[in-house]
Amino acid sequence: MEKLEKVQEIFSKKFKSKNAWDRVTLARMIERPTSLDYINRIFDSFMELHGDRYFNDDSSVVGGIGLLNGEPVTIVAHQKGRNTQENIKRNFGMPEPDGYRKGLRLMKQADKFDRPIICLVDTPGAFCGMEAEERGQGEAIAKNLMEMFNLKVPIISIVIGEGGSGGALAFAVADSVWMLENSIYSVLTPEGFAGILWRDASKAKEAAEVMKITAQDLEKYGIIDKILKEPTGGAQKDVDKMSCTIKEALIEKIGILRKRSKEELLQQRYDKFRRMGRFVE
Amino acid sequence: MLNKFFKKTKYITVSQRNLNNIHEDLDTKPSIPNGMWVKCDGCGKVIYKNDLEKNNKVCQYCSHHFRMNAKERIDFIADQDSFCQFDENMTSANPIGFEGYEDKISNMQKKTNLKEAVITGKGTIGGESAVICVMDSNFMMGSMGSVVGEKITRAVEKAIELKMPLIIFTASGGARMQEGIFSLMQMAKISGAISRLNEAGILYISVLTDPTTGGVTASFAMLGDIILAEPRALVGFAGKRVIEQTIKQKLPEGFQSAEFLLQHGFVDSIVSRENLKSTLKKILYIHNRNR
Repeated sequence: MEKLEKVQEIFSKKFKSKNAWDRVTLARMIERPTSLDYINRIFDSFMELHGDRYFNDDSSVVGGIGLLNGEPVTIVAHQKGRNTQENIKRNFGMPEPDGYRKGLRLMKQADKFDRPIICLVDTPGAFCGMEAEERGQGEAIAKNLMEMFNLKVPIISIVIGEGGSGGALAFAVADSVWMLENSIYSVLTPEGFAGILWRDASKAKEAAEVMKITAQDLEKYGIIDKILKEPTGGAQKDVDKMSCTIKEALIEKIGILRKRSKEELLQQRYDKFRRMGRFVE
Repeated sequence: MLNKFFKKTKYITVSQRNLNNIHEDLDTKPSIPNGMWVKCDGCGKVIYKNDLEKNNKVCQYCSHHFRMNAKERIDFIADQDSFCQFDENMTSANPIGFEGYEDKISNMQKKTNLKEAVITGKGTIGGESAVICVMDSNFMMGSMGSVVGEKITRAVEKAIELKMPLIIFTASGGARMQEGIFSLMQMAKISGAISRLNEAGILYISVLTDPTTGGVTASFAMLGDIILAEPRALVGFAGKRVIEQTIKQKLPEGFQSAEFLLQHGFVDSIVSRENLKSTLKKILYIHNRNR
């Protein structure tokens, strides 16, 4: 038994010393569990709800209602594909404006029925397409950022894979923002960063280190509130265990957030983001 | 006989100037120093700088709107001596320890005579009071980092406190990469302040100027109660090249222009520079509950 524990210790030490690029790789790998993998294990009676009520049903965003340990909740999530075919259907988890508008519609509905909102964030970024611009990709994200500050219910956002810039933030204005241990959350992809600042997209590995995009970095900066430990080798090694970890943490935190008055909830959410930034006066 | 009607009677006159002495001639001509002329990006014509300034930096031939820096914009839009700046001395720190960032900031400050990419304050426009923020694309492409985020957020909070309308002139290449995740969070921070402004029933006019892109478009630029834009301003979320690479298609003419946005329902009005001050004054007057 002792030997087994020692082996596990060595394994976890090895994985603890991951560099930023290791995390990027893990966050992006096709085997990494997606939102639906967690939704189906964490929530009971989940019913997916479709459409933005204006134009489209964006498959890169999955939303709906369900029960968390008996309590009604609303879930809004980015959904990547679990294989190439599905990825094409899900647009690789990159929403058009319609996806953000669907998410907002469901979040406002949650507000009406006093249901906590859980967002699962996993996107390379908002889709950069022509129709996306035509239908107001900027406006859709902006609207979400603004409206999420008004929702009088607990909101918890968890970055389960990639937190791609504004496209991720649009579902991450929350009372508590968490990341899985190997997730990343950034203003730009390392490739984009390297391309713009060093004119060499192949320098992505160096960029990943410089940009400070890991869960560990973000917790240190006070940008996120909690890191959820993954099974050794990554969440894909044991989805059930990862789901349990997430579920327990959600139940605990929602219990705490429910104790705040609506005014306190909104004020603390405002203060959380109000504090972010470093400057000299 | 008929030849008379077709005979050429006028000929090109040739100058009597002696071409051998051409260098002498040039020396005696009055010389206009370099940098006094500008080429118009719209029509290609060469314009005398003074004429351009007199015309509010708009080309007199094709109406192409040249970019205005923050100081020029404030002088143009606010009543004389009415503007009072907020947070003048705020400068950037280096939150993610990006190598060379401090030097870059220093250089930018020397080059532009600005401390950062936005000037905020309050003033009057045609006698109507407003909190005014003007971004400047000369300072690191108008990129938004912690200082831009903090200055604008404070300006929004000031507008709430003073119960004054808010006007923001946007001009930005997007989030400032050198501040990483801190830049991204400014999008949420400002949007939060604007949600409070809305709750307080206060007017927010956003004026989209060339260029307005990225994280600024995806946050406060598109949250105005009234959204105005300058003619042919570039306004979009993703960069044109990125979109072309993603969809492997050439984009249509006028894509991401103010006119494109108007057509697709995302701006209230395109206002040419000569009408901008009077338009703002009119909107402020209509919203002024104190009159």
